[in-house]
Amino acid sequence: MTGVAVREDFKEILRLVRPGARVLDVGCGEGALLESLVRENNVDGRGLEISPEGVSACLARGLAVVQGDADHDLDYFPAKSFDYVILSQTLQAVQRPRHVLSELLRIGDQAIVSLPNFGHWRVRLDLLFHGRMPVTGVLPEPWWNTPNIHLCTLRDFTSICQDLRLSIDACAALAADKPARRINPQRPVENWRAETALFLLSRRG
Amino acid sequence: MEILDTSARQGAGGGVMTFPGDRTLTLDSGAALEGFEIAYTTYGELNRARSNAILICHALSLDQHVASNHPVTGRPAWWRTMVGPGRPIDPDRHFIICSNIIGGCGGSTGPSSLDPATGRAWGLRFPVITIADMVRAQAMLVEALGVDQLFAVVGGSMGGMQVLQWAADYPERIFSAVCIASAARHSAQNIAFHEVGRQAIMADPDWRGGDYAAQGVRPEKGLAVARMAAHITYLSEPALHRKFGRELQRDGLSWGFDADFQIESYLRHQGASFVDRFDANSYLYITRAMDYFDLAGAHGDVLADAFRRARDVRFCVFSFTSDWLYPTPESRAIVRALNAAGARASFVEIESDKGHDAFLLEEPVLRDALNGFLQSAAQIRNLA
Repeated sequence: MTGVAVREDFKEILRLVRPGARVLDVGCGEGALLESLVRENNVDGRGLEISPEGVSACLARGLAVVQGDADHDLDYFPAKSFDYVILSQTLQAVQRPRHVLSELLRIGDQAIVSLPNFGHWRVRLDLLFHGRMPVTGVLPEPWWNTPNIHLCTLRDFTSICQDLRLSIDACAALAADKPARRINPQRPVENWRAETALFLLSRRG
Repeated sequence: MEILDTSARQGAGGGVMTFPGDRTLTLDSGAALEGFEIAYTTYGELNRARSNAILICHALSLDQHVASNHPVTGRPAWWRTMVGPGRPIDPDRHFIICSNIIGGCGGSTGPSSLDPATGRAWGLRFPVITIADMVRAQAMLVEALGVDQLFAVVGGSMGGMQVLQWAADYPERIFSAVCIASAARHSAQNIAFHEVGRQAIMADPDWRGGDYAAQGVRPEKGLAVARMAAHITYLSEPALHRKFGRELQRDGLSWGFDADFQIESYLRHQGASFVDRFDANSYLYITRAMDYFDLAGAHGDVLADAFRRARDVRFCVFSFTSDWLYPTPESRAIVRALNAAGARASFVEIESDKGHDAFLLEEPVLRDALNGFLQSAAQIRNLA
């Protein structure tokens, strides 16, 4: 679940999050993003992380992090307890992405979700020419050893947002070592161009 | 207030604090203890800002000698892995307090103390105590030691219950709280094991309705069996298997009921050595206090409500994968309630096959995580 575009990913999230907000970072790893958010945006930050080593590293950084995973432990957070819930490069690895997505927007006013775009031209060409599951920089593992069990394209994602009545408040395309580029995810060309996409979501109405 | 210092050894301070008659300890049962005593040990020094005090709450069968050998029995300090120079709780940086619980037998007022009304040991006339009563007494001690706010309150097992009670009753008096291998209430299984222990004690003819001290006997057999049963719950099946398997004490079977297996011999030893250092009535009272513990029950069955006032406290909760006495779901329930209350909670489940007792053993993940938690809290609290 390590993205090549990690740095740009973080920068864009730091731009999106309002200073002083309450933030939950789901799958916060060793707490690098959460620590930046606390330091630079002065947020009240909490984390959820599956590995004990990750949680320990977060504790040493002074972060409040609970060991757990997106599939099972979001249900226990009260509704509207955060301004933002962040799920960075993790949605494709959870058991029930649809459920997780709607949980994010039950506990948070807004959700920030980033995911690899399986509609990217390199993925499409890889499959077209080699006839095998694509292995790319963003998706480096072979099919039998990947944690990414629920891959989707930009178009798939905008359509599930519609199903769940989520509004896309902002979207950015991310690529390694390039600044984030604000895009309209509905445009078919972006489904070819964006390697990784980051969404700011809220519940409609 | 009278302070009798008896334990100035191994850098340890403390002694017995006697509270005067007008400072009664009001108990949950409605009874009150007058002129009660608390035996305690301290390590390190209180800083000028009085901001570096850590209270360690001990478990059922332990005492105040957390980081120094027992002054009488010589029994090694029970938490050497966590408390000491260079350890997460460090007398060079912290003022460490550990007191024997009310109802215990390590020098604090308990059923083996003398009832001032009769001049004889209390026995079963001693009032039933609760975890909240233990904490109320600790709060009086901490205040008497000149500490307005503890930097941390830390405990495992029953000590963890006291930590949670501190957070519920005195949230403004604690900066951080560490609850290890514990639960917010005793389960039916927990109560069941305790009842086996109590029945073993009370079935011993030498228990004499709790009046054994006055009659010059001790229910050693009953207490030993209670300890043997309890000790099994502190370990795990893999740990027992690794340590003992089906190994025999001698070559061949005895074809009788001697301790053929090493595990039998080990348990008998655990039971026999326990009776030398523990009082049977204290065992009854303390197990009762744990059974009565139900933090949610005291807050309309909503555990989160117990922590509503503790939103500024920094919590860290730990559990162990092989702990079947206070299994991980119990710790998760605490963490969920803390989240629901909006408190700052961290939680780690540590991979260990050593069972409940893992918290007392060398567990590098626990040590490092606790160290990280306390160090970062110290920075925020401006401790050097």
